[in-house]
Amino acid sequence: MFRLLQIELFKIFKRPRTYISFGAIAAMILIIQLGLKFDGKSYLQLLMSGISDSFIIPYDMILNGYLVAFVILNTLLIQVPLLIALVAGDVVAGEANMGTLRLLVTKPVSRTELMLAKFGASVVYTVLLLIWMAILALFLSMLFFGTNDMLIARNDVMEQISKNDILWRYVAAFGYAAVALSTVAALAFLLSVFADNSIGPIVSTISIVVVLTILSEMKIPLYDNTVKPYLFTSHMLAWKGFFYSKVDNEGEAIRGSIENLPAILRSLGILFSYIILFVTVAIISFRKKDILS
Amino acid sequence: MGNKKFYLLAFLNCLCLISFAQDANSLLQKIRDRLNKVNDYEATGVMKTNVSFLKVPEAQVQVFFKKPDKLKIKNEHGISLVPKGAVSFSLNNLLKGNYTVLDAGTEMMGSVKLRVIKLLPVDDNADIVLSTFYIDEAKLLVMKAKTTTRESGTYEVEMSYGKYAAEALPDKVVFTFNTKDYKLPKGITFDYDDGTKKKTETHGESSKGKVEIDYSSYILNKGLPDSVFK
Amino acid sequence: MPPIIQVSNLCKYFKNIRAVDGLSFSINEGDVYGFLGQNGAGKSTTIRMLLTLIQPSHGDIEVFGLNLRTHRKEILTRVGAVIERPDLYQYLTAFENISLFARMSGEKISKLKLLEQLEQVGLADRAYSKVKTYSLGMKQRLGIAVALVHNPQLVILDEPTNGLDPQGIADVRNLILRLSKQEKKTVLVSSHLLSEIELIANRMLIVDKGKKMVEGHVQELFDPSAMLVELQVINQEVTVATIEGSIWKSNLQKQQQDVFIFKMAKKEIPALNTYLANHGVEVLSLQQRHSLEDYFLSLTSANQHVQAFAN
Repeated sequence: MFRLLQIELFKIFKRPRTYISFGAIAAMILIIQLGLKFDGKSYLQLLMSGISDSFIIPYDMILNGYLVAFVILNTLLIQVPLLIALVAGDVVAGEANMGTLRLLVTKPVSRTELMLAKFGASVVYTVLLLIWMAILALFLSMLFFGTNDMLIARNDVMEQISKNDILWRYVAAFGYAAVALSTVAALAFLLSVFADNSIGPIVSTISIVVVLTILSEMKIPLYDNTVKPYLFTSHMLAWKGFFYSKVDNEGEAIRGSIENLPAILRSLGILFSYIILFVTVAIISFRKKDILS
Repeated sequence: MGNKKFYLLAFLNCLCLISFAQDANSLLQKIRDRLNKVNDYEATGVMKTNVSFLKVPEAQVQVFFKKPDKLKIKNEHGISLVPKGAVSFSLNNLLKGNYTVLDAGTEMMGSVKLRVIKLLPVDDNADIVLSTFYIDEAKLLVMKAKTTTRESGTYEVEMSYGKYAAEALPDKVVFTFNTKDYKLPKGITFDYDDGTKKKTETHGESSKGKVEIDYSSYILNKGLPDSVFK
Repeated sequence: MPPIIQVSNLCKYFKNIRAVDGLSFSINEGDVYGFLGQNGAGKSTTIRMLLTLIQPSHGDIEVFGLNLRTHRKEILTRVGAVIERPDLYQYLTAFENISLFARMSGEKISKLKLLEQLEQVGLADRAYSKVKTYSLGMKQRLGIAVALVHNPQLVILDEPTNGLDPQGIADVRNLILRLSKQEKKTVLVSSHLLSEIELIANRMLIVDKGKKMVEGHVQELFDPSAMLVELQVINQEVTVATIEGSIWKSNLQKQQQDVFIFKMAKKEIPALNTYLANHGVEVLSLQQRHSLEDYFLSLTSANQHVQAFAN
């Protein structure tokens, strides 16, 4: 199994297209960093416009590496599913298109193992992409912008986290994002089984993610209590929950606390269920599939 | 009822007011004199912020003051959002300038009887419309000050004294102010909805915010440079 | 000794189409087994079922005496295949491709062995070039090298000469003969060209519309006693009269105006020719062909009719 995973990873990382994602992420991150370096204050003024009347706001201190990383994650984690689909949507369909799938399936390896190796490789790719993001978005930003307490603007609340209370939250958030993006990978992987070229699964994955995200973010009561809690896209953003603290009786944020850990864990559970569902259906379909490519 | 009787009453009333006013003026002057003994200070304390839309942890802060009216709250270890009024409506600030002093009698705060004095700025265009001081006459300490402004509502400062009562410096200051509810500008970000019911939304309604500083120590009159307040 | 491949009553239906319809055959150890049929006759579907790419609708396949359904892994370890086009990873080098598939076959094969394998198909000097720079012939040879790298007992080659130039075709032919003669491998090779199969196979099977048409030893099927001789003459009446009273009458299969078709052994042809000449028959042309070829051509033309009709 490990041998198969190695082979799949070898194939993924020998392809030029794999590095497009790494390049794209680097480019997007650098653009955001540059923008914030030169005009971060106007961005913060927009964010803080609601409270700048009543508070003295030390913009220079607020614009620090931790916040920049948060802004980047916020922006990027909406685009990254695209990059995940680019690889995960290709793992089966791409080989069908190239014609290598039929040779692969005649090898003395069960189709289930082959599929698990392929999905495993997609997950490794996803995790590596996130590590790459973490290095650039977090560590590079910490280097460029320094560190300080982090202020996060939510819809109707501002969260402040002490700087020595932040890093573990990032670790947790990246871990969560890995699961969230693996869900996208699992979806792309599933669609990949049914196609003979990779454009179809890539485009459909992105379409599904976009449509469901819109459904998740629209505030329509009809959907709020019916489909919304069950859409995986409603749970993709739960990594943010790690940055929300509990408050004590006096309204002070408690260091090292998480506002609603059960909700995050529930979201995590839903995402895991989706992954298992997608991968299982993918494997069952692939086992039954006649390879005609 | 004859007119004469009315005039007499009015006159007596005025007489009373003036006599009280003089009393209030001298009380204020005494307080001002006490405050003036402190040229500058550097205090350390813990700041707690209790504002409905701010989730902020306790912060170690340093508070710097220099005569006549320079005040700065600094957080060396991180970020602290300081309400603007907490700096601009300090006691020293409130007590400077020209105003008409009105004696408003006494009020009980717990078991202590406090003298209530109102200050009306002479300048009709000043931001401050009215400030009210609640003074412990025996100790010559301002226990509470309330300021109504044109632009930003009402501020209230409550002080309690301990170790530094001799210098009229409080151990604890609670600053209450009006604030509008915070609303993130639309389209900035997607938030995570964890499914819990949100409190009923209050659009732009004002509510009270509170900032509390517990001072642990003061260093007095060591000659702070102006650069600290930049 | 059980046959290497034993196929019984194999069927595959795609919706309403019977791609393979009750096919049975067996391949013995050491055979070069020719699998012949037109495009769409069911060859590829059958080969894909042998390689577990397609699940049969009915029927049984045994390979090495083992059931393919239950012993898939064991069987596939000992099988090497090129299926239609020799598609490999274009963005990898030949060496990367061959080592990748060698590892997938579960074999630990040294770098030297891999390079030797590439050398055998004449690609050692291009081992580190990306496959996308290869010509079709080179890809075909690389595909064969990949199929052989784990030293399989059974080699399945689906249309291995498709798209190759004459030299390439000859190379593949020699390779197959070598595999069979020197390395004692069993080879299943499919083609739509009878002449191909005739040259390399010892046994063969012709399928059409998913059904078995002819199966047997190539030597027997290409029996020289069953040649067809097509004769075109100038004096049709004289010819008819000449044949009427001769021993050749029983050999005449068909007459269409001035064209006469006889069935006879190859060695009898000169005698017929001499006899006709002696009796004043003016022969315009004499063509001989094999009855199997004729039969196979008839399948072709039938298919072409169907295709023309469909178009």
